[in-house]
Amino acid sequence: MSSLAKTAQDVVRKSVIVAAPIALAFEVFTGRIESWWPMASHHIGEAACAALVIEPRVGGRWYERGVDGVECVWGGVLVWEPERRVVLLWQLNAQWQFDPTIHTEVDVRFSAIDERTTQVELEHRGLDAYGADAMAMREAFGSVNGWTGMLDHYAEVAGRRPRG
Amino acid sequence: MASTRTTLQARRFAALGDPTRLQVFTLIARSPLSVAEVAERLPVSRPAVSQHLKVLAEAGLVQRESIGTRNLYRPDTDGIATMRDFIDSLWDVGLARFKVHAEALARARAAPPAKEKK
Repeated sequence: MSSLAKTAQDVVRKSVIVAAPIALAFEVFTGRIESWWPMASHHIGEAACAALVIEPRVGGRWYERGVDGVECVWGGVLVWEPERRVVLLWQLNAQWQFDPTIHTEVDVRFSAIDERTTQVELEHRGLDAYGADAMAMREAFGSVNGWTGMLDHYAEVAGRRPRG
Repeated sequence: MASTRTTLQARRFAALGDPTRLQVFTLIARSPLSVAEVAERLPVSRPAVSQHLKVLAEAGLVQRESIGTRNLYRPDTDGIATMRDFIDSLWDVGLARFKVHAEALARARAAPPAKEKK
């Protein structure tokens, strides 16, 4: 069966500690995604992306709005617990297009280390959904907007890391 | 955060940075091929194909396999693993940017600069 078994390959786990209060961390993560998402290379629409929106409720949509006003759905909201946890449904295939048959989940948990510091733990699971389409993966792997663009962002982020 | 994995990925990106080599890899990813078969499909000489395959192999992107007297190259990637790596790097970048942005905002709110203009 297509289980959500926690095999090493099926799950990506990340954790980051942020010098920001938990409310702000949650707000930035869910309410201002376009401020930090590597937008230039990782969006669906034809036009440049104007906004990336998570509708703040269970059942809400997760979508991108291009500068041309066209909206492209990425998935939706499965769990919405303000300042504590959000689980997003991510339905983009390896070619960065919406695909309703893809079901992966991004589970993000926020915990306060102290009043000014927050730990954000992220788990992106169900990646075996991509196993069926090796061709599509090759596309993602080889595309200019794939890994190559990502490295540029990496360099950019690393280059303006805040002092202290 | 720069790890061995990141270094390996950087080599992979670099290996695919050449348009011809990317084409070679794309063909191999589709089905295992010999040097001659790749050369037939692209406007590239056999020695050049061999050279590209060598670079791809060193980057861990293709593997050589001998079947009888034939040497075939096949992709050295598992589909899921490839996509997983892709998502993995995506979140590395995303969360790094998230951290930068959230912390800048936190600093601004903690100590609003008196002379800041909007």
